[in-house]
Amino acid sequence: MTRSAAEPLGPARGRREDTPFRRFVSDFAESKLAVIGLFGFLVIAFLAIFAPFVTPQNPYDLAQLDIFDVRLPPGEVGRSTGITYWLGTDAQGRDMLSAIIYGIRVSLFVGAVSAVISLAIGAVVGLVAAYFGGRVDSVIMRVVDIQLSFPAILVALILLSVLGQGVDKVLIALVIVQWAYYARTARGSALVERNREYVEAATCLALGHRRIMFRHIMPNCMPPLIVIVTIQVADAIALEATLSFLGVGVPVTEPSLGLLISIGFDYLLSGKYWISVFPGVALALAIVSINLVGDQLRDILNPRLRK
Amino acid sequence: MLVYIIRRVLQAGLVIVVMSVLVYVGIFLVGSPVDILINPEMSESEMEAVTKALGLDRPIWEQYFIFVGNALKGDLGKSFVFGQSAIKLIVERIPATMELAIVSIIVSLVVGIPLGIWAGLKPESVSGRSIMAGSILGFSLPNFWVGLMLIMLFAVMAGWLPAAGRGRTEVVLGIDLSIVTLDGLKHILLPSITLALSKTALVVRLARAGVREVLPMDYIKFARAKGLSNRRVIFVHVLKNIMIPIVTVTGLELGSVVAFAVVTETVFAWPGMGKLLIDSIGNLDRPVVVAYLMLIVFLLVILNLVVDILYSVLDPRVRLQEQRA
Repeated sequence: MTRSAAEPLGPARGRREDTPFRRFVSDFAESKLAVIGLFGFLVIAFLAIFAPFVTPQNPYDLAQLDIFDVRLPPGEVGRSTGITYWLGTDAQGRDMLSAIIYGIRVSLFVGAVSAVISLAIGAVVGLVAAYFGGRVDSVIMRVVDIQLSFPAILVALILLSVLGQGVDKVLIALVIVQWAYYARTARGSALVERNREYVEAATCLALGHRRIMFRHIMPNCMPPLIVIVTIQVADAIALEATLSFLGVGVPVTEPSLGLLISIGFDYLLSGKYWISVFPGVALALAIVSINLVGDQLRDILNPRLRK
Repeated sequence: MLVYIIRRVLQAGLVIVVMSVLVYVGIFLVGSPVDILINPEMSESEMEAVTKALGLDRPIWEQYFIFVGNALKGDLGKSFVFGQSAIKLIVERIPATMELAIVSIIVSLVVGIPLGIWAGLKPESVSGRSIMAGSILGFSLPNFWVGLMLIMLFAVMAGWLPAAGRGRTEVVLGIDLSIVTLDGLKHILLPSITLALSKTALVVRLARAGVREVLPMDYIKFARAKGLSNRRVIFVHVLKNIMIPIVTVTGLELGSVVAFAVVTETVFAWPGMGKLLIDSIGNLDRPVVVAYLMLIVFLLVILNLVVDILYSVLDPRVRLQEQRA
C-alpha cells in the first residue's frame, strides 16, 4: 500500500487537527478490501442483531412453517404462508433466508462472546506472566506452549464430545482453545512495556502491582490484542461452524450456520443445493469480511511494518 | 545439551501422562456405553454381565490403571462396536489418513511456493496483490465448506469426480494406496485440495515474506552482479534461502493437517482414522476415541519434541536461553 492512496482524504487534513484516531481511520481506508470487509461485516452484524425485524419468518416458530413448502427451490412462493422463498426452503419448510439470518445470529454471538472471554482470561494471564517473570512466567508459558501444540479443532472436538451439545458448551470449548493465543500475545507486548520508563516511574510511586499491571501496562498492550481479537472471532466462527457440521456443536433447536450446512449436506448430492450452499455462502462472507478487517488492522497496528 | 534433551523428553513424557488422564477421565464422563449396547429386552442380569465383561463395574481410577497397564503393552481396549482391538482398528486406517495428509502437503508446497515467490517478487502488481487477497480466502474459508463447494461443483454439477470414498487401491510395499490407480487419483483429488487449501495460503505467505527478506541481501546483489540470469538467481539463490522456514513450518503443521483430516474425511467419506473418530464419538465407542486420542497426542508430542531438539542443535541460542530460565 502506498501512502499516496490516502491523499484524497487530504482536505480534512489541512483544516482539522491530525488526531491519532483520524490517522488510524485514513490508514485503514488505504485498503479498499478492508473497507469492503468492514462494510460487509456491519451489514451482517446489522441483520443478525435485528433478525426478528428483517426476516419474513421466525424459523424457530413451528407454527409459522407449512409442511407443504418442504424443500422448495429458490424463488418459489409458499402456498399458505404467501412468503416468497428467495433462497428456497429446507426439509421442515423453513424459509432459508430467515434460517440463515438467525443462524448468523448464533454464529456471531458464539464468536464474539468466546473472543471477549478468552481475551479477558488470556490478557490477565499473559500480563501476570510478563510482570512477575521467573518461575510464574515459565510455568504459565509452558502450559501455553503445550496447549498451542495441539490443534484447536482436535481439542475442541474432544471437549465437546465430552461436554455434549449446547451453545454454552461450545463457548466453553472455544475459550479453552483460544485463551492461549491471547496469553502469548499479551505476554509478548507486556514484556516490552514492562521495561519502559513509565512503569519504572509508577513503581517508584509505590503503586500496587495490580494498578501498574492493569492501569499502566495493559492499555499499552491493547493494539496487538485487538488484532488477535478480530482474527480469533473469525476463527471462532469457523471453528464453531466446523464443530456443528460434525454434529458436536450447537443443538438443532438453535441451528447456527454450520448446522444448517450440515443438515443441507444430505440433500446436496441429490441436487437440492440451496439448503446447504446459501448458509455456506453466508458463513464464508462473514468470516472473510472479518478477516479482511483483521488483516488490515494487523498491517496498521504492527509497528514493524510502519514506514 | 544432553541435559536439555533429557529435560525435554521428561517434559514430553509428563505431557503424555497428563493428557492420558484428561482424555480418560473426560471420555469416562460421556456416559455409560452400556446404555447403547444393550437392547431394551435384556434382563437385569444380562446387563450386569455386559457391564462386567467390559470392566465398567470397577471404580474409575482402577479402570484407568488397567488402561495404562494395557496401553503400555500396546492394548487400548476393544471397540464396543466392532469388537476388535481399538488400536488395530486405528492402525488399519492410518495409511488412508497419512496418504491424504502427505498428498495435501505436497499439493500445498507445489502450488504455494511458486505463487508466494511471484507475490514476493512483484508485491505491488495486480497479480501479486490478488495472490495475497486469495491467501486470506485460503485462511478464512473453513475446511468443510471448501470440501462442500468442491463436491457441489465437480461431483454434483459437473459430474467429473466422485464425491466420496477412496476408489480402487493398489498394494504398494504392503500399504494400500489410492494414488497409484487412476480411479484412486480421481478420488483423492478433491479431498486433498480441500485439506491443502489453508496450508497453501500459509506457504504462500511464508514464501512471500521470505523472498521480500532475501531480495535486498548482499549475496543476491552479488549474484546479479556476477551476471547470473534472473532465473538462476531466483530458483537457486532465493529459493534455497526461503526453504528453511517453509520446511520447518510444514513439518510442524503435519499434526494440524492430520487433525483437520478429521473434517475432510467426514465430508468426503474418506475411510481414514479421522472418520473413524467422528463415527466413534457418535457411537460413544469409548475405547476407539481414547485410542485415537492417545495416538494423536503421542504423535504431536513426538513431532514437537523432534522439532525442539533439532532447533536446539541448529541454533545454540535456544538451549542457552533454556538454561538460563
